[in-house]
Amino acid sequence: MAQAVGTAHLETSTGLDNRKLLMWLFLGSECLFFGSLIAAYLLYRDRSVSGPHPGDLFDIPFTSVSAFVLLMSSVSMVLALAAIQRGNVRGMQIWLFTTAVLGLLFLSGQAFEFTEFNHEGLSLSTNLFGTTFFVLTGFHGAHVTIGVLILLSLFTVSLQGRIQQKNSLNVELAGLYWHFVDIVWIVIFTLVYLIQP
Amino acid sequence: MATEWPQTRKTGLADALRGAREMADQHYGIWSWIATVDHKRIGLMYGVTAFIFFLTGGIEALLLRTQLVVPNAGVLNADQYNRILTMHGTTMVFLVIMPLSAAFFNLMTPLMIGARDVAFPRLNAFSYWVFLAGGIFLNVSFFTKNIFSGELGAPDCGWTCYSTLSSKAFSPGHGVDFWALGVQILGIASLASGFNFIVTILNMRAPGMTLFRMPLFVWMTLVTSFLIIFAMPVIAVALFELIFDRLFNANFFNPDKGGNPLLWQHMFWLFGHPEVYILILPAMGIVSEILPTFSRKPLFGYPFVVFSGIAIGFMSWGVWVHHMYTTGLGTVANSAFGISTILIGVPTGVKVLNWMATMWGGSLNLKAPMMFAVGFVAMFTIGGLSGVTHSVVPSDYQQQDTYYVVAHFHYVLFGGAIFALFAGFYYWLPKFTGKLLNDRLGQIHFWLMLIGFNLTFFPMHVSGLLGMPRRISTYSEGQGWDFWNLLSTIGAFTIATSILVFIINFIYSLRRGEAAGYDPWDGRTLEWTIPSPPPHYNFEKIPVVHARDPFWHEKYTEDEEGRPIPVVAGAANGHENEGQEDHGGHGIHMPSPSYFPLIAALGFPIMATGLIYDYALVAVGAAVLFVGIYGWALEPATEGEEA
Repeated sequence: MAQAVGTAHLETSTGLDNRKLLMWLFLGSECLFFGSLIAAYLLYRDRSVSGPHPGDLFDIPFTSVSAFVLLMSSVSMVLALAAIQRGNVRGMQIWLFTTAVLGLLFLSGQAFEFTEFNHEGLSLSTNLFGTTFFVLTGFHGAHVTIGVLILLSLFTVSLQGRIQQKNSLNVELAGLYWHFVDIVWIVIFTLVYLIQP
Repeated sequence: MATEWPQTRKTGLADALRGAREMADQHYGIWSWIATVDHKRIGLMYGVTAFIFFLTGGIEALLLRTQLVVPNAGVLNADQYNRILTMHGTTMVFLVIMPLSAAFFNLMTPLMIGARDVAFPRLNAFSYWVFLAGGIFLNVSFFTKNIFSGELGAPDCGWTCYSTLSSKAFSPGHGVDFWALGVQILGIASLASGFNFIVTILNMRAPGMTLFRMPLFVWMTLVTSFLIIFAMPVIAVALFELIFDRLFNANFFNPDKGGNPLLWQHMFWLFGHPEVYILILPAMGIVSEILPTFSRKPLFGYPFVVFSGIAIGFMSWGVWVHHMYTTGLGTVANSAFGISTILIGVPTGVKVLNWMATMWGGSLNLKAPMMFAVGFVAMFTIGGLSGVTHSVVPSDYQQQDTYYVVAHFHYVLFGGAIFALFAGFYYWLPKFTGKLLNDRLGQIHFWLMLIGFNLTFFPMHVSGLLGMPRRISTYSEGQGWDFWNLLSTIGAFTIATSILVFIINFIYSLRRGEAAGYDPWDGRTLEWTIPSPPPHYNFEKIPVVHARDPFWHEKYTEDEEGRPIPVVAGAANGHENEGQEDHGGHGIHMPSPSYFPLIAALGFPIMATGLIYDYALVAVGAAVLFVGIYGWALEPATEGEEA
């Protein structure tokens, strides 16, 4: 198999696995994506010509809890990877599932928050705050959703015994993505919720 | 993403497609192209598709020039003119120059670094299919109104689609929706290929192929790919904002609610200026390969050319405001960006001087590829110089939105990129068709195109300085513009004639062309060590590289005065393949063909259509994408991995 092309079985020039390098490049690209969205939010902060404004709506304790839930999901993700790297399939399954559940919990928190804001009169077209807030946090939520799908897919595949110590890279890649999405939330939570003008 | 699951069973869909897949495995018939993951076939498909779009965009250009041939011509009305103008620009940038560059990335990169394929062959196929889907999606917009009564449905906002021209109020109908979603789809294709080629170049190099032994074209592919993966997300966000504004009544660019239309310009050009270098750096890479081969000298100042390319890549992020001098950002911003724009001319100038020094004292072989490459250097220099005149703010105030700007960017994008891409066709197509293009027809093509090009675009400098604005659908007489516009139109048809000559040449060469052999140009790089066309596994044995220009050093050594002398008589051609008796590739595991990239790619235009017309289709498109991605992830990646 030494001559196989593609991802497996071949020494790479840099020593980095192809897929891992791809994931890092993808995350680098994503930085510009979220950077642009956050820039648009900051640019339009305080420019809404009518309410409601962030101060009227944000429930910081509630969002802090859901941010905490998302941060904890990073811990369980680390534990999932550590488990499979030691060959502990059972442990990996438990922690993968935990991570997915925590992700879903965060998403339900976001759904609740969006609904609340909507009840209080904020929609995508109400003002600049509504536009930039929903689009920014909405795209983050979409990323979390994709992350949950990846985690649940890994979990399902692992039930068929197809994730073992030797291909723990699959879990590591999912983890890289998951941690990135978490970090983005830390930035959004700080810039959007905590530092209000 | 390619995976390596321990395989326990085949997926159902793959079973259903077994017959077609066997055909694909055997490398014959239509299915073998649809399911291909071979970088050479994908490259050819990119090339052919982009060339067809080139003809489309060219016909659009001819329509525009016909309308402008005399004052108050009645060929197109203002609305038709706007729509065709928009599609001409969008097509040439996103559907011609970028994918033609991608065609060369695909065809050449693995061969030049001594690899059997790219790092992610199926992702590569996915890029192509998404590009094709996006291109068709954009052009379908023409037919969303009653085209037979002369109503075109295409976007009418110009290729820059400035806000608020693009808002629902000023552009009703679906044209701009198609534009925004179409460019978004094309961005996905570019991103996927950007990731793929960075990983390929960093990770798949043959033993001994260090970064500073890589051919210049590979270097420029690398820099371009980095620009792509960082610039595309910026335009993606801008496009999402536009889409949200138009389809869901968001306020990003809505002044009534405090939105600032300038935000669009900033984001567009923050993407748009790196994009300019995404268009031109591959062309520079092609020329940097051709000039040394046909001068029989190594590239002069290789490290300078490499670092200039990298410097251009970095600096391209700091010049975008020179597109926006007249928007009132103030003297400080204008001066700063004026200086950075002048500075970016430096590495570009370094490259031009290095190309000239490469030719200096060489034994020039003025075959068609070389003619186009030299044409590139000359025309690109003119375009670069008029670019420097734009960097001067007061001067730019006069030129803004005049034909002078149109002249400038056609000198860099047509005189630059397109000339270099044709140089690449004449140089590298024989490697893949096995037939040389006819050189006499090539020379006719070159001279017709050079004359036609200058006849079209040089007068635009004049009409621009005389005050003729861009993007107008007609003009009245007596402003001194008539003669220059007549020249431009004659030139445009001369260019069209030259393209016909090329097409005739291509068809003729396929039927009667001289066989290319391994090494028709006495080349310097690894692609010339293998047969034309190459076997699907490229290299029977992965080459070991000992020097920059590895093949040249296999063939030639130097005498005391530094002149090249052949190594040993008879060892010149195919030396690399000595001891490589042809096993027909047995024992080499190549990636399996796959339909899933195509299926996944189909999801995007379906979703985009759904966003415009009926949200139910969005779910259908998402489901198709879902099936494609899961099938992709779960099928085995490589022949022989199947249980």
